[in-house]
Amino acid sequence: MTPADTLRFATRAATGYPLRTALMVLAMSIGVAAVVVLTALGDGARRYVVNEFSALGSNLIIVLPGRSETGGVGLGSLFTSTPRDLTVRDAAALLRAPDVQRITPLTLGNSEIAYGGRLREVLVLGTSADYLGIRGYRMALGRFLPREDLERASSVAVLGATLRDELFGIEPAVGRMIRIGDRRLRVIGVLEKSGQGLGMNTDELVVVPVATAQAMFNTNTLFRVMVEARSRDALASAQRQVEDIMRTRRDGELDITVITQDAVLGTFDRILGALTFAVAGIAAISLAVAGILVMNVMLVAVTQRTAEIGLLKALGATGRNIRLAFLAEAALLSLAGALAGLALGHLGAWGLRLAFPVLPAWPPDWAVYAGLGTAIVTGVLFGVMPARRAARLDPVQALAKR
Amino acid sequence: MAQIELSDIERVFKLGDSEVHALHAVTVAIEAGEYVAVMGPSGSGKSTLLNLLGLLDRPNGGTYRLEGRDVTTLTADEQAEVRRNRIGFVFQSFHLVPRLTAAENIALPLMLAGVPLAERAPRVAEALKNFGLDTRADHRPDELSGGQRQRVAIARATIMRPAMILADEPTGNLDRATGQDVTALLESLNASGVTLIVVTHDPVMGGRARRRLMMEDGALVADLRADAASTP
Repeated sequence: MTPADTLRFATRAATGYPLRTALMVLAMSIGVAAVVVLTALGDGARRYVVNEFSALGSNLIIVLPGRSETGGVGLGSLFTSTPRDLTVRDAAALLRAPDVQRITPLTLGNSEIAYGGRLREVLVLGTSADYLGIRGYRMALGRFLPREDLERASSVAVLGATLRDELFGIEPAVGRMIRIGDRRLRVIGVLEKSGQGLGMNTDELVVVPVATAQAMFNTNTLFRVMVEARSRDALASAQRQVEDIMRTRRDGELDITVITQDAVLGTFDRILGALTFAVAGIAAISLAVAGILVMNVMLVAVTQRTAEIGLLKALGATGRNIRLAFLAEAALLSLAGALAGLALGHLGAWGLRLAFPVLPAWPPDWAVYAGLGTAIVTGVLFGVMPARRAARLDPVQALAKR
Repeated sequence: MAQIELSDIERVFKLGDSEVHALHAVTVAIEAGEYVAVMGPSGSGKSTLLNLLGLLDRPNGGTYRLEGRDVTTLTADEQAEVRRNRIGFVFQSFHLVPRLTAAENIALPLMLAGVPLAERAPRVAEALKNFGLDTRADHRPDELSGGQRQRVAIARATIMRPAMILADEPTGNLDRATGQDVTALLESLNASGVTLIVVTHDPVMGGRARRRLMMEDGALVADLRADAASTP
């Protein structure tokens, strides 16, 4: 029996019992569709989160003083016990790295802010002009910190939206003098309301030039330096360059920590990726059930067609011929089910995208292939037993059955 | 050397604790081109003998030489090959595959033998013509009359040009007139040189055979040969 004949014979057998075949295909297609839709959902959620984070500026590198890792005994660690300060000069030096686009130093401290008779505690952020662009904030009024030498302590301040409201009420704020600690500063702008950013509420912040903040808090060190790489792809090389520059500036010892937002993003990516996998696994159970159904249906088919099997044997079919014919039938049913399921799943994913436009609910390629593969493999695997049973039938007894 | 040589064939079925001797010490030789009727009451072992001759069953003892070759020791696949090429079966209940057309049913042995599609079509067309089924080629078995069904079955049994045809009550499900047609058809095949072995209850049909093997309780009790050309 040629392979083409086996296939043709199996096709005729499958189409010869339309109801049975339709039910079988339906069961298999539901399994595959479940995999496709659920992974589309999971992966859509993952992509949604990743996109949202990317919008925050995923090509950010954050440099903080001190080392978080435990290294071995190096030459440097024998002589220095405390890390050196991370200074404004260090921050400026990072601009020399070819893959670094912009930097902005950060210094944080708590102080008192006063205007008129009002007084309140406030978080003071010392930074530079590029902070606005790097974080993607916008101004509501006035302008942000002027572009000037990082070591120049200009007496200007930018207020967060809530702070402005509380301090000035309906009065105009821009151009007024305020007092922070024992310094008098001129308000030059107000930040647009942005709500809770990661970690701190910019609406209750007062932003001053970094040198002003350092003088205010009498410190030399920076809280951190934000570095923006030229692109997401340049992130790794930019990180390396930052480390190299810092190492040269510190006589070969790297006493800073460099983290990327990518690392945070990677964690989310992994969590949601694992979730997608888990969901796909649950959906795969329905595929296994469909596989068992294939077996059941094929066993019934063997019983139904016992006389036919006996006849084929009498006509000179070998056990192999019969085994292959039944296996081909199981494989065809699974394949048809898998393809129908694929179409159904894509339809479902399309419906999801229609219902939730923000969710990019596209099934990942791996899930599509895994779904199809599992469907066909389970179908064939569960088809083996019925096929073997058919091939082993005794021809005399099989022929006697009618 | 006879085409079929059975010597001391034993076939025992186990039914629970008891053993049933379906065939006991059957020894017979059949020459190529013979027309043999196997007769006897039900349970006498006629069908078992036919199954053994058709290599569908294996004896518990004795030897079966087909065309000089001991076929009892062949593997299942080798036996399948012998069935495919040397033996044609005709059954009482036709045994047509219900979802296949007449032409496709006839082509089944060719398909199993791996004959290419292009070669099959003319052979099937010729067979349809020879058996007067050309207008029925695309009909399914349930659209055919009993006589037509059995003709399809006979066409299928002969499409591989076997050396012998084994027919188990070929007219048992047919009315008298169509039964006679089918008998005549089988006899014409026999006349062309094919060995024809028919199992039958019907004394009329049995009477037409040139040789009659009478069976009783699994044993061959008589081997009758008609001397002259048989009566019509």
